[in-house]
Amino acid sequence: MKLYIYILIGLLPIFSLSQDKLEGMVMEGNAENKHIGLPGANVYWMNSQIGTITNDEGLFSIPFSKEYNKLIISYVGFQSDTLTVNEPKMLHHTLKPSNELDEVVVEQKREAVQKAYFSAQNVITVNSAELLKAACCNLSESFETNPAIDVNFSDALTGTKQIQMLGLTSPYLLITQENIPMVRGASQAFGLTFTPGTWVESIQITKGAGSVVNGYESISGQINAELVKPLTDKELFVNGYFNRNGRMELNTHVNHKLNEKWSTGLYIHGNARTQEEENNGDGFIDAPLANQINIMNRWQYQNPETGWVSFLNFRFLNDEKQVGQVDFNPEASDAIRGFGNASSLSGAEAWGSEIATRRFDTSLKLGYVFPELPFQSFGFQASYSNHDQASYFGVNRYDINHESVYSNLIFNSILGNTQSKFKTGITFAHDGYEELVNTADFSREDTSIGAFFEYSYDNLEKISLTAGLRIDSHNRLGNFITPRLHVRYTPWERASLRGSFGRGRRAANIFAENQQLFGSARQIQILDSEGSIYGLDAEDAWNYGVSFLQGFTFLDRPGNVTVDFYKTDFKNQVVVDWENPRAIFFYNLDGKSSASSFQLEVNHEILPKLELRTAYKFYDVNTDYRSGNLQKPLLAQHRFFANVGYETTPTKKGGQWKFDYTLHTLGKQRLPNTDVNPAEFRLGEFAKGYSLMNAQITKVFSEHFEIYVGGENLTNFRQNNPVLSADNPFGANFDTSIVYAPIMGRMVYGGFRYKL
Amino acid sequence: MKKLMIAMFLMLTTSVTFAQEKNKKMTMEVDGVCEMCKVRIEKAALGVKGVKYALWDIPSHQLSLIIDERKTDPMKIKTALVAVGHDTKELKATEEAYNKVMPCCKYRDDEVVNSHKTN
Repeated sequence: MKLYIYILIGLLPIFSLSQDKLEGMVMEGNAENKHIGLPGANVYWMNSQIGTITNDEGLFSIPFSKEYNKLIISYVGFQSDTLTVNEPKMLHHTLKPSNELDEVVVEQKREAVQKAYFSAQNVITVNSAELLKAACCNLSESFETNPAIDVNFSDALTGTKQIQMLGLTSPYLLITQENIPMVRGASQAFGLTFTPGTWVESIQITKGAGSVVNGYESISGQINAELVKPLTDKELFVNGYFNRNGRMELNTHVNHKLNEKWSTGLYIHGNARTQEEENNGDGFIDAPLANQINIMNRWQYQNPETGWVSFLNFRFLNDEKQVGQVDFNPEASDAIRGFGNASSLSGAEAWGSEIATRRFDTSLKLGYVFPELPFQSFGFQASYSNHDQASYFGVNRYDINHESVYSNLIFNSILGNTQSKFKTGITFAHDGYEELVNTADFSREDTSIGAFFEYSYDNLEKISLTAGLRIDSHNRLGNFITPRLHVRYTPWERASLRGSFGRGRRAANIFAENQQLFGSARQIQILDSEGSIYGLDAEDAWNYGVSFLQGFTFLDRPGNVTVDFYKTDFKNQVVVDWENPRAIFFYNLDGKSSASSFQLEVNHEILPKLELRTAYKFYDVNTDYRSGNLQKPLLAQHRFFANVGYETTPTKKGGQWKFDYTLHTLGKQRLPNTDVNPAEFRLGEFAKGYSLMNAQITKVFSEHFEIYVGGENLTNFRQNNPVLSADNPFGANFDTSIVYAPIMGRMVYGGFRYKL
Repeated sequence: MKKLMIAMFLMLTTSVTFAQEKNKKMTMEVDGVCEMCKVRIEKAALGVKGVKYALWDIPSHQLSLIIDERKTDPMKIKTALVAVGHDTKELKATEEAYNKVMPCCKYRDDEVVNSHKTN
């Protein structure tokens, strides 16, 4: 008896509700007209909040009410239907499959330099259009039209350009190639010159602490270079360049798509300077005689169905430079690597130097995006490099071999929804250095392992933040944590206020980073011996910054203003002290050291198609030296930058003229103390300010061919005494390290680009 | 008796539940015109608990979603979308909600829609 009651209770609701319920079945429309139920289809009353989903057999049941009579049935991949239903009866409906949506491609003109309005980090993206404005030809020279980075000269011998950001030199930046650390350790001095400009697709410059994902080494910022990809780069690209001072370059790219999944590219760069230039009367050639061959092979794999992407890279580089007095002939005396066997000069010959570098790189990137979950992915990066430099500078010998292994595993996903994302993973790095400074062996092995977690939140409008933390264990730096935080707030339209702070730590490679010291008679003295790196402690710094960006429209054309202030505070620094002209001292910071930078930048399209960029920068970079607190030498505290670019409207064939002009004005620079030198070799306290101008004209004939001509240092400004005691290079006062202005005068260049 | 009750209970429950996926992919049509609409639509969708991923494509008006079906259903998302002033195929925004969107987002106005097309 009880059983009947239960059954009745169980069935009661069905009977009692059946009166105001609409039931039915949704079927899939197919060619055979078979009745196949469509599970999971949406069934709704129009303009109501009443809806349901069909079950596994395609059946549904939905409350019926007189208020609504339009029933909508929809399903992904099928055409939605609206039915008029006036009474609750059984309903059978077939949905027709909808055709695939046509792919819509939206193209917009991209600015050559893009400022981020929405990311938490202060990132400036420089794309290939902007890179073409630089005179030539490698990564170190591509920043001349960008105010975020200052380009300086490192020494009077090689004329290598050294970059600075926020008042700190490149060792304090993390320079990566496709997010794999690249210019570090032994390659610090010349590494940027080893990436040809045509290989670079775009550059991202991050001011301030940066992300924790790529390691703990960045202190004042990060520069990432994205290289051209076999799949998207031109099938064939040829670029030739020559300048009046005898530098020639040739770049060739050949890309081939093998099948739907694999593409490969071969990139060959060669450059040479065979002509001796000596225009300032000091008997030293103004720019090195050099030759370089640089070959890269890339493989790109893409499988959108499985979600796998991969890059495989191989690169080989051979670079040789010869500098010194005009009559120096390395063939005559004994020299290094292929020129002879002696380790350095004896002092009896003409003064000279040779630097030979061989480098091999290979890297693998593997990425997997979960096909069903576009917000979740795995990334794996691994790289191996061997950088081998053998060199002598007069009687100084410097050899370094740096073998580096780096790997990083990253997992990306979300917490709740895509407004909260995270990246987490582990990093392993090993660096083996074999380093010979004259007769002293400084070989060492560094190994580190670390784990990181980075959380980012974006409410899609006003606020975004990135907070990261990493923990590393390093055999010389110890165990330490690296926190970093970036916040962005949009107070009103087209504005962006950012703040950041973060920590960075690094082991200073004092010789590799200060190679200009070898071109002098200075004695090398390391004044500490307790530390784990050359007797010195690891560098440790905090960086804080705020930045405000406001976009505006003036005269109907867009522009923007940026103000930023950053400060780097060193807890420990390896102080490089040039204040005694007889010596160079390295010691741990005892006291304070900080670098502050202020920048005001205004960009505007002042006339149609005429872009103006201006910037004023102020630096206060001071350190407690053993001789007292001083401003950093060879750094202009005030700098002014202006760039004007004009482009004509392209013709139907793509023909166009492009004009570009850049002005750099540098204020006075403090010189290292030379008071104890004989009167003729004293330089005074400051070097006067000066201005440099560069200009370039490009004629584009079609999308396949263009030529360009340009001039650098148009006002022909030169430092007249870059080599101290040039007459007696083996004497006690010889010094090529105090360089504050160009050594080369006006330089005219030209080149062509052919693309298929 | 007890066994029978349990068996009946199980039969009833299994007939009403069907697979609820943790990561259910779906798309729906949402009306709008511009970049600002995109932000508003995606934000509203992500504001619904259980919505993990939302991407609105401007030209096709398709909102692609990944949702946790145990926590939400398409109706809740549509309710959230109409609340910020965007019409879906089934639910239409009230005049009041529609009036709150920026002038450039007035997708019901043909002039506004056409002005976005010329860009």
